[in-house]
Amino acid sequence: MTPEDSRYAKSHEYINVEGEVGTIGITEYAQKELGDVVFVELPQVGTQLEAGDELGSIESVKAVSELFAPVGGEVIEVNERLAEKPELINTDPYGDGWMVRIKVADLSEVDELLMTAEEYDEYVETESH
Amino acid sequence: MTTILESDAATTAVPQSTNREGLIFEHSKRGRRGYQLPDLDVPEDAEALPASLRRGEIVDEVEVSEVDVIRHFTRLSKLNVSIDAGLYPLGSCTMKHNPRLNEELARTPGFALSHPLQPDHQVQGNLALIWHIEQTLKEIFGLPRVTMQPVAGAHGELTGILMVHKALAKSGNARKYILIPDSAHGTNPASAAFAGYQIKELKSNNRGTVDIDTLAAAVTEDVAALMITVPNTLGVFETDIKRFAEILHDKGAYLYCDGANLNSFVGIARPGDMGIDVIHSNLHKTFSTPHGGGGPGAGPVGVSERLVPFLPTPTVEKREDGTFYLDHGHPDSIGRVRAFNGNFNVLVRALTYMRSMGPDGLRRIAQIAVLNANYIRARLRGSYHLPYDAPSLHEVVFSDKLQTPKDVHTLDIAKRLMDYGFHPPTIYFPLIVAGALMIEPTESEPKEELDAFCDAMIAIARECEERPELVRSAPHTTPVRRLDEARAARQPVLRWKR
Amino acid sequence: MTNLPDPLTSVHRYISNASEDVREMLAVIGVDSIDRLFETIPDEVKLTALLDIPGPWSEIESRRWFRDLAAKNKSAVDHVSFLGGGAYLHYQPACIDQLLLRGEFLTSYTPYQPEVSQGTLQTIFEYQTHQCLLTGLDVANASLYDGSTGLCEAVLLAERVVHNRKKVVIARSVHPQYTETVRTYVQNLGYEIVEVGWTADGRVDTAALREACTNDVFAVAVQSPNFLGVIEDYDAIREIADAAGAVKIAVITEATSLGILTPPGAHGFDIAVGEGQAWGIPTQFGGPYVGFMVVKEALKRHMPGRLVGETVDVDGRRAYVLTLATREQHIRRGKATSNICTNEALIALGANMYLSLMGKEGLREVGEQCLQKTAYLRKKLSGVGSVSLPFDGPVYNEIVVRTPFPATQILADLEHEKILGGIPLGPFYEGHENDFLVAVTELHTRENLDHFVAALTAATSRERR
Repeated sequence: MTPEDSRYAKSHEYINVEGEVGTIGITEYAQKELGDVVFVELPQVGTQLEAGDELGSIESVKAVSELFAPVGGEVIEVNERLAEKPELINTDPYGDGWMVRIKVADLSEVDELLMTAEEYDEYVETESH
Repeated sequence: MTTILESDAATTAVPQSTNREGLIFEHSKRGRRGYQLPDLDVPEDAEALPASLRRGEIVDEVEVSEVDVIRHFTRLSKLNVSIDAGLYPLGSCTMKHNPRLNEELARTPGFALSHPLQPDHQVQGNLALIWHIEQTLKEIFGLPRVTMQPVAGAHGELTGILMVHKALAKSGNARKYILIPDSAHGTNPASAAFAGYQIKELKSNNRGTVDIDTLAAAVTEDVAALMITVPNTLGVFETDIKRFAEILHDKGAYLYCDGANLNSFVGIARPGDMGIDVIHSNLHKTFSTPHGGGGPGAGPVGVSERLVPFLPTPTVEKREDGTFYLDHGHPDSIGRVRAFNGNFNVLVRALTYMRSMGPDGLRRIAQIAVLNANYIRARLRGSYHLPYDAPSLHEVVFSDKLQTPKDVHTLDIAKRLMDYGFHPPTIYFPLIVAGALMIEPTESEPKEELDAFCDAMIAIARECEERPELVRSAPHTTPVRRLDEARAARQPVLRWKR
Repeated sequence: MTNLPDPLTSVHRYISNASEDVREMLAVIGVDSIDRLFETIPDEVKLTALLDIPGPWSEIESRRWFRDLAAKNKSAVDHVSFLGGGAYLHYQPACIDQLLLRGEFLTSYTPYQPEVSQGTLQTIFEYQTHQCLLTGLDVANASLYDGSTGLCEAVLLAERVVHNRKKVVIARSVHPQYTETVRTYVQNLGYEIVEVGWTADGRVDTAALREACTNDVFAVAVQSPNFLGVIEDYDAIREIADAAGAVKIAVITEATSLGILTPPGAHGFDIAVGEGQAWGIPTQFGGPYVGFMVVKEALKRHMPGRLVGETVDVDGRRAYVLTLATREQHIRRGKATSNICTNEALIALGANMYLSLMGKEGLREVGEQCLQKTAYLRKKLSGVGSVSLPFDGPVYNEIVVRTPFPATQILADLEHEKILGGIPLGPFYEGHENDFLVAVTELHTRENLDHFVAALTAATSRERR
């Protein structure tokens, strides 16, 4: 089930905003497409990002996917556990498999640029056919 | 028809061999010896080396006898399949027969014991050999010069693109982009990037080839070259290749040909006559030098007249009196791309092969390679989906589209082939075909071997319908089965530790 | 087209299918001739005659021609060779070449399908382990082309991990052809290469190095033993490079030196890269050889080339597989850590066999014999009046010899005595026209060394007259 409290990018990242802090990861659909995640490259805390900037990359055994910032902001925390247990992205993408927390620069971007859960589900439906 | 392995037999068979062979480090036992040197015959000088520079014991390095070593490597060898044992139909890799004469002659002491920094007059035989193989490749390519320095296909690509860069820079503008079709080998974009270019990908059309209009629109004043594989990775010849050359040349750009698939047209047509400016040839493909589990190879590069000044140095030249020399004096050269003289002893093997084949033999390579591939194509059509219908030359690319409804995928088919005693084809490449199975039999294979392979493929297609689980859980008879690759990449163990 | 042979009737020993097969296969394909299969190649580019090249030759004819050619070389076959300079003549145990001729090793491909390639994969894993033990570093790859391209890859790696710097310092005593190769590789990448010379002992000039190591330097590369044969002071170099925050690269062209010298890993170097030819591989006019690269753990994801890792199979059995492949060109394409695909697997396998056979004790003993025989020669030469040894730093198995005469003349004299006496330094270093590089290995007997000294003494006195 795609969580309704988050917003979604076409490149399959989610962001869950509480106050001005947004938690970013990849969706259930994206983790399935990638297969077993074996390595995650994350940005340094303090990195300033614009919406659409490359945020890092996710590697499966035989593929690399770039991760993009769904909205702009400053990186305030990265999920250090992923270095040891990248499979958390497969097992719990919306929970323990989160990747980056940012301080959102402009909260209006969340609604302007991103899809709701319902819209994202529809998008995935059409994209996979 | 050759008998095929019964499905049930395949599931219950005792594995042919199981990897019970430990690591050489695990065979080590204190005090064992695998060598003997003559006793030191000069007085020992305790001060030959300052103590601070002398290392202690190489902890954990092995101690084994010659018997241990021979048993170990012989046992390990039995866990490999090889072209000596049968069809090895990896597409794009040209796994052909490796004649043993080539090995014998490469071991001729006069070649094997010569040193790369000997003066020219001492190595006339070697320089003559390099000169002769260049002459032969010039004729095969239809191009005026060939450098024998690059030691692999990708090394040749880098060399070729560096020459293009230097030539353009010399005329005022090195330009920014290399055009590469989406069906290309991964080495193409990688080599172009290290040569200082950005890559623009060209979408292929419904034949899997490049459209003239697509190319014409893409060739701007910023484009340095098109890097294209001929025939492409689907085995389809770019029928408009000459037109491509004209479009590029009109804009001052170059045409680079990845010659990985030269095996399909050697002796039939020549790159130079197609307007190609640069081509590398993988001698370990078309010219039969053994792959050796991944190398060595050689990647000589032929160039058109306007790129000759930029060839790597030194070149091998012949004097009027018939002697040969290394010429270091090319002011516009890109420089040397490797120390010494390239993979010389790979060149010995390749030239031996060229001489064994002769002009008719080289042509016959292409003829029979293409015949063999088209035979497989004809026999497997119907059992497997053919995503691109255009006529193909030396290889044929199928997909798993007919099998996916049963939740059986290319990887499963590949693994199941092992139970039938065959190495799988190249899989999931080219990237433009989902679930690709890329089959290249080469001219070496006799009809019986091709039939046995096709029978196996057809039997597997039937298994996909009737007993898909059998295929999904394959292989059943190999020393190990379905490795945990995610584990290998998540917590990499890249060396033995006590 | 009439002057082309008919594919139905022509025949060759390396191609199984003959006329009957061809007919049967054409029938299945549904075309009446092989030419029909080539219709996508336009006639305008098709050849209308056979290529103008020699052949086909029988084995008998080929043996005759190629052996004649090989006989035109002067080589270690009929001369005593003192040639080194990055390619060394060492003992080659008999069983190695015979094992390498096993078709399962010789004629298999890159081990992409682990179930049918465990032999190759396990041997690469063992090779990687040997490299780590010998260099004192953490992660080794499956092989690179050779030492010179290995250094190129090391420089490219270093630039990737140290951000926003474009300057690399390479000692002038690194093999000059290696540095030349680096210049070729990086010519369009905007790097600046700074060379640093040597002092009277033949070691890197640390004062000059300190000056060159500004804070825009991403790597420092030195070779030990260097091209002059002299063993470098790794610690002094590391200290200077560290102060600049540069990656420390140790280049090794004489791999057997690792059997006796303290390895770069023990001195805090980040990358050891070099040429593995000395591990029992024939000098064969320069190739194929095998490049090795070993790095600190932290750099492993930046490594070029293939890596083999250990894992388990579905039944829990230990097994080996190519891993961390996302670094490579077939996946990351234009953003790969290197463009390398074909490597030197079979040569690496030969090196692996050599290292296993020689083992802990043999690698030390080869090192010790090279060292002692070189020390013996050095001592003998220091007693010859017209010969000088310009560098007094510590050496392993190579020394620079100077006479008052052009090296090429002296070496020509030695050649008359059936001695390949050394490599002239003049072509590599201006002002060194009278110097040549002499390499000694465990293959030289005391008699060889004495003869060399006698012949050199005679040559210098002849030149004097």
